[in-house]
Amino acid sequence: MKAVLFPLFSMLLFLNIGLFAQSDIPQVTIKTLDGKNFNTAEITNSGKPVILSFWALWCKPCQKELDAFNENYADWQEETGVKIYAVSIDDSRSTARVMPMVNGKSWEFEVLLDPNSDLKRAMNVNMIPHTFLLDGEGKIVSQHTSYFEGAEYELYEKVKEIAGVK
Amino acid sequence: MRKLLIFVLLLGFSHSYAQDFIDKAQVNGSFQIDGQYYQPDNAIGIYDSTIDGRKMGVNGFGNITYTLGKFSAGVRYEAFLTPLAGFDPLQEGNGFPNMWASYQTDFIGVTVGNFYEQFGNGLVLRAYEEWTLGYDNSINGMRIVLRPTPGITLKGVYGTQRYYWQKFENGNRGIVRGLDAEFDLNQSIKSLNDAPVRLILGVSGVSKYQKDKDPLFNLPENVSALAGRMNLSAGKFNFATEYAYKINDPSAMNNFIYREGQSILSSLSYSQKGLGAVLQLKRVDNMSFKSDRGIDGNALDINFIPPINRTHSYSLAARYPYATQPNGEMAMQFQLNYKIPKGSVLGGKYGTGIALNFSQVNDIVRSQVNDSTLVNTQGTFGYNSDFFKVSDHIFFRDFNLEIDKKINQKWKAVVQYMNLYYDIATIEGHAGEEAVKANIGLVDITYKITNRNSLRFEMQGLFTEQDDGDWAAALLEYTIAPTWFFTIADQYNYGNPDKDMQQHYYTVSVGYVKEASRIALTYGRQSEGVVCVGGVCRQVPASSGLSITLSTSF
Repeated sequence: MKAVLFPLFSMLLFLNIGLFAQSDIPQVTIKTLDGKNFNTAEITNSGKPVILSFWALWCKPCQKELDAFNENYADWQEETGVKIYAVSIDDSRSTARVMPMVNGKSWEFEVLLDPNSDLKRAMNVNMIPHTFLLDGEGKIVSQHTSYFEGAEYELYEKVKEIAGVK
Repeated sequence: MRKLLIFVLLLGFSHSYAQDFIDKAQVNGSFQIDGQYYQPDNAIGIYDSTIDGRKMGVNGFGNITYTLGKFSAGVRYEAFLTPLAGFDPLQEGNGFPNMWASYQTDFIGVTVGNFYEQFGNGLVLRAYEEWTLGYDNSINGMRIVLRPTPGITLKGVYGTQRYYWQKFENGNRGIVRGLDAEFDLNQSIKSLNDAPVRLILGVSGVSKYQKDKDPLFNLPENVSALAGRMNLSAGKFNFATEYAYKINDPSAMNNFIYREGQSILSSLSYSQKGLGAVLQLKRVDNMSFKSDRGIDGNALDINFIPPINRTHSYSLAARYPYATQPNGEMAMQFQLNYKIPKGSVLGGKYGTGIALNFSQVNDIVRSQVNDSTLVNTQGTFGYNSDFFKVSDHIFFRDFNLEIDKKINQKWKAVVQYMNLYYDIATIEGHAGEEAVKANIGLVDITYKITNRNSLRFEMQGLFTEQDDGDWAAALLEYTIAPTWFFTIADQYNYGNPDKDMQQHYYTVSVGYVKEASRIALTYGRQSEGVVCVGGVCRQVPASSGLSITLSTSF
């Protein structure tokens, strides 16, 4: 046990400065809806904020959150230029149903597939929905888990703050 | 003394020439604790003797990841002291099951230690983790990923799989090795980059080595499995298929027969804005593939055969979940999603969402290999099976229709109907019990009091003559976005054929969420049931008491 903890604590100390740095998104290869590889480094929005939200077909609150985003997306984009990425953690049980559902719901934002939860693990997501807000440089500025009706307004206040819109 | 030296060296390093890199270093992580205090509740069959002194169960984990440019490393700690009711007793223990380090560039990625991986749909290899089930078949070994040119991905892995807290030694389980290649035609050939037709091809091979110590049978020590897949998309259509084959692999799962295994999974979908449809077909024949041929529990799976029916979210709709039968099944699934446009008569101001889903799973047809050998006799070729024949024996059927509608700024509703056939004898191993035929209906209504305050009301009914009979459930939830929730819920088994078991399973919950941290407290009763995620299920016994979940990420 000691043999493990000592290097671990040393490592943490070694990072003492880095600990306070804001985080980038980890670089992980996931998939687009049509099966192409997608490197998460491509999650950018030329200086504007990005909302990154983890969801799945079996998660009802996730869909309610994304429905709420979708309803406001046109207005939000016009005001702040924000871009939304919705990452589905559905595995091979249900990946085939993701695209029909996304289109069936007329969601306007980008949807990505993380079928073996590689990005979910790399971003330390325990439960979904889990939503990250990134600034124009791709740094994570806030994150939130769970969705309750109306939480999108709180999130949008933060988006406006980052985008410098009153 | 030596430790002190390392310490000083590291400290010195951190404040000297590596300053730039250190500024870019990141530490992230997450923690979760699920605890429950159990109390006796004689009315639902929980006595002091059931609890047996284990009044508390706590499952907890912590992950820490350190990233510095292209390098990253991490550890995972877990403690199940004692495991929550329903988890495998082998789960009891504490320690660091995962430690890993990795280096990634655009061209090469190397990982040493414990990792998760999936080839294609997972038909020949999938290592993953599912906390709510206590399932983890991670590989302890090495992985190399190469991306020599755009559109080509090559992967190689080898190692041993996690089996609770048991260390790999003296060949106490098998060794797994695998290769996978994926070729994206359109990404590889520049002139096809934006072509309307897209093609992706993939092949994988996996081999398991386990020494034959069986006194009776001559067993294959190297078992190989191969798979090929393709994904073809053209405009609004997408066709995906994967076929997998495994050489004979006698095991506790298939009653030690020498038959080969195969599996195929195909899907065809069409979608455009406002409309999506998908049809899926699957055949599985003797395809259980574990890194220990001797075990038959939910552990050490090398591959993953996905159940393709819909996973339900509402409690009564999810009461009878299906799990893949790896020894053989024929499955089909169809789903249609449609959004009735805004402004139409049925669509109203906001549009109306419709989802129609149907799935059915039957057994495969097996016949004797010769006149004198019964089907599935140990030590024989087992059986013959016609690839296209479907047995009359239905394992599972689910027809469901869901409508969701935003009525106005204040009201939203989801309505669902479901008709279910569930072969409880096969799926849950309750031999001799009659299959459950059930009708389920539910409504989920949200009323927005103000922008941040909402009430949500759920009403469900499950009607069946079999198993525990009829159920009704109600739930009321008050939320203050984005922080608080308060829920009271009751499930009432009013139709139980045993009058004494016509019980209420009530719960009261309160939760607080701040950023990526969540604390939830629940007091009440939990009915007996099955929790399934990813084709793996866990039986949850009835319980009564106070439970807490605490989760945070950073």
